[in-house]
Formats: sequence, structure tokens, C-alpha cells
Amino acid sequence: MKLNQLTLKKAIELLDKKEISLDEIYQDIFKVISEKNKILNVYLSIDNHSLEKAKSQKEKPLKGLPIAVKDNFLTIGLPTTASSKVLEGFMSPYESTVTKRLKENGGVVIGKTNMDAWAHGSSTETSDYGPTLNPRNPKYLPGGSSGGSAAAVASDMAIASIGSETAGSIRQPASWCGVVGLKPTYGRVSRYGVIAMGSSLDSPGPITKTVEDAAIILNYIAGDDKNDGTTSKKPVLDYTKNLKKGVKNLKIGICYLDHPKIKNTQAAEAVKKAGKIFEDLGAKVDFILSSQHLQKNKILTHEYAISVYTIVQRGEVSSNLARYDGIRYGNDRSFFGHEAKNRIILGVFTLSNQAKNQEELVYVYAQKVRHLYVKNFQDLFSKYDLLISPTSPSYALPVGATSGDPMFGELQDMLVEPSSLAGICGISVPCFYDEKTNLYLGLNIMGDYFQEEKILQAAFAFEEATNYNSWIKK
Amino acid sequence: MDSYQPVIGMEIHVELKTKSKMFCGCQNDPFYAPKPNIYTCPVCLGLPGALPIANKKAIEWTIKLGLALNCRINTLSKFDRKHYFYPDLPKGYQISQYDLPFCFDGYLETSYGKVRIRRIHLEEDTGKLIHKRLPTGEDVSLIDFNRSGVPLIEIVTEPDIKSASQAKEYAKNLYQVIRYLDISDCDMEKGGMRLEANISIKSQNDDELPNYKVELKNINSFRFLEKAIDYEIERQKRILKEGKTPVQETRGYNAEKNITYSQRKKEEAADYRYFPDPDIPPIRISESWLSEIKKTLPEGLEEVFSRWQKDYQLKKEIVQLLFETYKEKEFLDELFSFAKNQEVKVEKLVNYLVHKKSRDLFETDKKMIIDDYKKASTVSFLDEEKLKEIIKKVLKENQKAVLDYKKGKTSAINFLFGQVVKEAKTRLDFNQVSLMIKKLIT
Repeated sequence: MKLNQLTLKKAIELLDKKEISLDEIYQDIFKVISEKNKILNVYLSIDNHSLEKAKSQKEKPLKGLPIAVKDNFLTIGLPTTASSKVLEGFMSPYESTVTKRLKENGGVVIGKTNMDAWAHGSSTETSDYGPTLNPRNPKYLPGGSSGGSAAAVASDMAIASIGSETAGSIRQPASWCGVVGLKPTYGRVSRYGVIAMGSSLDSPGPITKTVEDAAIILNYIAGDDKNDGTTSKKPVLDYTKNLKKGVKNLKIGICYLDHPKIKNTQAAEAVKKAGKIFEDLGAKVDFILSSQHLQKNKILTHEYAISVYTIVQRGEVSSNLARYDGIRYGNDRSFFGHEAKNRIILGVFTLSNQAKNQEELVYVYAQKVRHLYVKNFQDLFSKYDLLISPTSPSYALPVGATSGDPMFGELQDMLVEPSSLAGICGISVPCFYDEKTNLYLGLNIMGDYFQEEKILQAAFAFEEATNYNSWIKK
Repeated sequence: MDSYQPVIGMEIHVELKTKSKMFCGCQNDPFYAPKPNIYTCPVCLGLPGALPIANKKAIEWTIKLGLALNCRINTLSKFDRKHYFYPDLPKGYQISQYDLPFCFDGYLETSYGKVRIRRIHLEEDTGKLIHKRLPTGEDVSLIDFNRSGVPLIEIVTEPDIKSASQAKEYAKNLYQVIRYLDISDCDMEKGGMRLEANISIKSQNDDELPNYKVELKNINSFRFLEKAIDYEIERQKRILKEGKTPVQETRGYNAEKNITYSQRKKEEAADYRYFPDPDIPPIRISESWLSEIKKTLPEGLEEVFSRWQKDYQLKKEIVQLLFETYKEKEFLDELFSFAKNQEVKVEKLVNYLVHKKSRDLFETDKKMIIDDYKKASTVSFLDEEKLKEIIKKVLKENQKAVLDYKKGKTSAINFLFGQVVKEAKTRLDFNQVSLMIKKLIT
């Protein structure tokens, strides 16, 4: 077995026992990078001195292991572009909180991964540096926007990785690449030093080989940050401690399977089976009906979520990108890609006096509708411990599928948008595998605010009980 | 329209002198920075990924000013993003407050009547653009971000002001209150306090506001404010008399020529695309926080003046020349009661101190101040006839000051007193001499 194929947990163990060395791990990592990065286009930049850096980190919990980081996290020493030519060559003078915490705990940023430019998209096809290809099958897309980070893990070009999710951007590529992706509760992980997309939605989180690896990474990146006023002061748990607790007696609701676009899909079948598995593990599982209106015991469908999300996110995007005014940074505004321009224009409109619903700004009105989703989840979490659904309606789509469809991302993310708008946490774990294409489906396990421990426990139990994780041989 | 009535509202910006900037930990000292761009960080440079953290002290000071100006305080407030493009605004938006300012519905008294305060909100200042020619002959625009993110409050009145002199008095009173609270230096020369007036004119009998307004900007003294408004009122009257409506625009003031000039036409309200800043959670001002802030509020200025009037027969016009901040007021309170114990007449002591204009009064030991005063007030003997002669001579040589006094400029007496002292080459009692001067003039 090659050492780049080790999980984070296993690599830490073996380094602790001195059965392997960092040199060997990095040798295998760089070997696969040199073989595959040109084809898959995973990394935009690579730190060639990472091994030297790693060696000084041996005594720390993450042992100097190589971690891939999405290119919208500011890092000292490697360029940060968010896959946009506007920021070409931008070297940040400061470090994001997430990468700072990783580095302080012995993580080494081996490279920065490709993404949809400015995180606008669900495919990596909007990257100004070309799409990333799905390592499971290069004819297919890896998903996005954290497609590079998911692909880095799936191709063993990193031991673990960091992504960020606004709505689906961690979970959907994790699902498509057959890896684990955790979107923490909004405010659990600091946004400081992450190039802002939708500021009221952005949640950084781990993309890893296993559920346990996600728990390990979350331990080090989560928590209050004096530089981010939207982080929570709630104490950070040791998410690995009770990971094996199981799902006995938990109440789990299955969502969205009655929706016309989901019904009869393989994704629906896979989630139904997942429900059975949880039942066998001792959970109480039932189906939750969808509703287009806020109704007790039913889950709101995504129709409003797409509108609300589009208005809120585009508005925030237009504001957040205003600083790239052509005076500072690498390139001027003509270097914005088509998707970014689209979003800026729509966003400027949603914030302008022209866009009013009666007397109210459309953005503010959308925030009120957004609150219906908060109420809906509050209602459901008063009865259920966890909600499950497909992460994505489908397997990875073929390369080129997204061109000419400006709402592609929204349709792709329709199953995760409601939970993103509410700000709750969710994790995607592989729950089905298609031998013919070598592609995966993901199970989205959602929990209430700051219930990361619970979703990790359920995801871990599912991973143990099934055979869909390509790193866990049974 | 035979009788015109100016309608004036004011917007005044003041930089707070908190230790750190509004949304980051950078030092807030833009005017005395030894070099450009030294008090900067990712937040006030608007770098990608940087996030603002609101300065609690600045919020408290804003509320404190609101309380001093009889405002109501919003229990729920928030910051909003105001979008516009300018090179000194690195984020492409300014963090300001839109519909929920910290303070609203207050007033400030003037001798012409109350001026209602519509709102006081808190925002961040911008960087500073410097246009200059390099030694190479190249013209460049440079940006200094030392000022970027400095806390800035804006005090907006209702259109209650009816004349240039009332506008000046309002601005002066506001300056006095802010200096007294010691929350800003209000340095107008440097831009620490910026005056803007919105001026229009209606017919005396008209209840409605005029359908236009002219915004006057870039005024850096109270005197210029009065002059500029006076000029503007006359200009608008002229236009209205011709049956036309003045153009809605922003005008600047040229002090040298004493004229206002057009800077920018404002046909439509700008669309700043305000929306709540998602980076800063809404701010709840709880009962307990508010009462903490109230505790830090010093005795009101007007109360101070009337108390001193009652206890020491001090005139507001005179004693107000002696101090600005509440800390200085507290020093004077102690000094006055000490003086009273020493059987010194406080009124005379104040006159003495006002004329002495000691720069380090508030650093001086109180006993020393009183001792100095006692020494100085033992006036050298001067024959009353001789004194009369000297005064006559001074009056003859200073006809302009005499004329000023006759016109009502009472401060001319101070000047004349000074001249008499110079001539007599000895210390003299101000009250005695000024009484004689007044007699001789009339």
C-alpha cells in the first residue's frame, strides 16, 4: 500500500509508532501529484518545501501531515486566487484562521486546490484555470465549488483537505467524489481570511477520507475567533471522543424522497436503504413529507429556498466583490469571468432601490422568508435528532454539463440549500457505488445547530455498517 | 412670495478619539501618524477575507452623546453596508448605519430655539487621497489608510434651523457638548469635525418644505459656516425672485472670495444599496448596558453653568472660556470650592484665570493657583487720576476698539484693559479698570 493512501487517523498512528516516516509519506504524495495533477487539475499551487516544514511539526497532533486547502483560504507563502484571474498571483500578507489553526497543530498546507472561481458554482467548471476532473472517473466532474479539495482527497494527493460551503460546496463534491464532507454549523468555524462569497452562509469545513478524519480536523479548526464576530462562543467538543456512540434510540427523519425530482431516483433508493440501516442499528426512522408551505411535521421544499438563496447570496456577492475595483490586486475588473459578472449584476439589482417588494428591499424580504426555513428546522428538530436525505439528486455529471445553465448550481444544490439557509450542520458520506462508472452517491445527514457531534456519530455508524468507503476495507 | 424663510438642516461628522479604530485593533491617530499607512491591518485595508469587529467603546460613546443630546436610544441596532466607488474606500462599501441608528429623536437648545436631532449614527471613516507631483514631474494620486476605519459619528438635525447665525450657534453648541464629553477633539482644520448644511428657502406662510435643497460642504470653521449660509440664502433668494427654482446640488465654499460654488448636481437620490452587514451581528442595547453608559454621563453642561451661577455668581459667557472637557470641569469644581474655603471670591478668580490664559492650568497644583492669584490681585497702588490719564490715552490711541465696543462688541473691553496694563506697566484690577473705561467711553 502506498502511504499517500493512508487515512489521517492511520497516518497519525503509524507516525506515532514510528513505523513510517514523513519522508515516505511525502514521497508518495508528490509521486501521485506528479502523475495525476496535470490531468486532473487539482492543485493551483503546490508548496515544494512542505516536507521541510512538516519535519518541524512532528511533535504536534497533526504530525506535519499534508493537507490540501481550497484556494479561497488566505495563506502566507502560497498564492490565493479563489480560482479567479482577478487575483492572479495575489500573495496574502496574513493567514486565515482555519489554516493558522491547522498549522499551529502540525498540519502542513501542501497546496491550494482548484474551485469554481470565487466559489460561484457546483462543478469547478467556472474556474479561470480550467475544470478539475473527477479522480474516480475523469470523464466526470468532481462537483463544486470545493471540487479541487474533494478531488485531492479522492486521488490521495493529500491526506485530508479543507473546503468551504455556502450551499452544498463541501457536501456535493464530497458526494460526487466518494469522500466525506462536513459542513459545520454557521459560526462554528471562523470565516476570517476566507475570501467572502455569501457572508451570511459561508461555512469552512473538512473534506476527508473517513468520518473519523473529519472529526479530527474539526477538533482543530472549530471555535470562537476574536477576528470573526459571527463565530460562536460555545465550547468546542472533542469530536473523536464519543464517535462510536452509535444511533441507538435516535429519531431520524428521511426528507425530500417524495419530491417529483427525487422520487424514483437511485439517490432516493440509496437513502431509503440508509434509513433501513439506521433502523437496524437501533434508530427510530420515519419519512417526512415535503410541503410547499410551512407546516408542522413537514419539510419545506426547496422552491423558495432557491429564490431566497439566489437573492441573498447574489446580493452579498455583489457587495463582497466590490473591493476588487481594479485599483488593487493583480488584474482589473475585465478579468472577472462570466459567472461572477452574472452574479454581480443580479446582486446589485437585488440590493438596489429598484428591487422592492412593496416597500421592502427584496434582500430584506428574502431574509424574512429565509427565517421560515429556520422555523421549519426548529420544528423538525424538536421531534427528530437527525434528518437524512440525498446530498445530490444524482451521480457526478459529465464534464461540460454545466455550460449555458446559470441556475445549474442551484438545481444541483437544491437538497442542501434549505439547511444552508438555516445555518445548521450536515455531513455527506458515501452511500452508494456504481461499479460501471466508478462513481458514488452521498448521504446527507443533517443535525440541529452545533450538533456536529451527533451527525459525526451517525455518519461513523453508517460508515461502519456499510461498505462504501474506498479506504476502509472490510 | 414676499417674505422668505430659510430652511436649514445640518449634518455634522465627528471622528471619535477611541484608542483603536472602529472595526479593528489599529491605532486611531490619523492626524499625528509619523508616516502614511502605518496604522493599517487586513481589516482597514479591506483585504480579501478580512472581517470587522465593532468597537464597543465607540458604540458607548455614540450612545453617550445621544443621551447628552436628549435622544432616544434604539434597543436593537445594527450596521449596514453603504456601497459606492471611490479609491479611498477599499472595500467598495462603507460600514455605516441605515434604518436603525443608535440614537434618534433628540434636540439641542440654541438661543433661537430648539434644534431637533433626527438621528446619530456610527460609521467608519475612509482613507485619504493625496494628489501630488513627484520630483520626477509625474502626477500621482496616493492613498493613506491611516484614517481608514476611524470611528465617525454623524449627527443629523431636522430642518429646524432658520438662519446662518442659528446654524453657527448650533454647531458651536454641539462642538462644546462633544468636547465636554471628551469623545472627540473636533479638530476642524484637520477634518476631525466636518460641517454640512442643507439649505433651501420657502415662503414664510408655506408649511411644506421646498422641493429642492442645496447641500453645502467643505466648511472648516464656524465663521465660514455662517458666511457661507448667508451667501447661499441671498443667492437662492435672488433666484426665487426671478421666479426660478435653485438647482438641487452640492456646493462648496470659497473662503477667500466668500462665495459658494457648484460641485456636483444631485438630480436623484443616490442608490447606495444599503443592506445589513452580515459580518456584524445585530447589537442589542440592554437596560443594564444602557444604565452603565448613563452612569458615565457627566453632569450636563447647562446644569453646571446654572449651578455655578447660583453658587459663585459665575457668568456662563465667561467661565465657559476656561474649560472644555468634563475632566476639566471637575478640576474647576474642586478649585472653586477650595478657593471658597480660602475666602477667595470665585468670580474674581475666574476673571483672573480667563485673562491669564494659562495653558497648563489643569496640571497646576490648586494651592499654587490660589497663591498666584492672591499675589496678582494685590494691585499696585495707582493714583486714580493717573489711571484716568492712562485710560484716556489708551482710548485715544485705540479708536477702533472703542467703536467696536460701542457697536456692542463687549470683548473689546478686554483688549483695552490689556493696553492699559501695558501702559501702566503694572498689574491692575480688571473690574475697577473696565468700569472706568466704560464710564469714559459713554
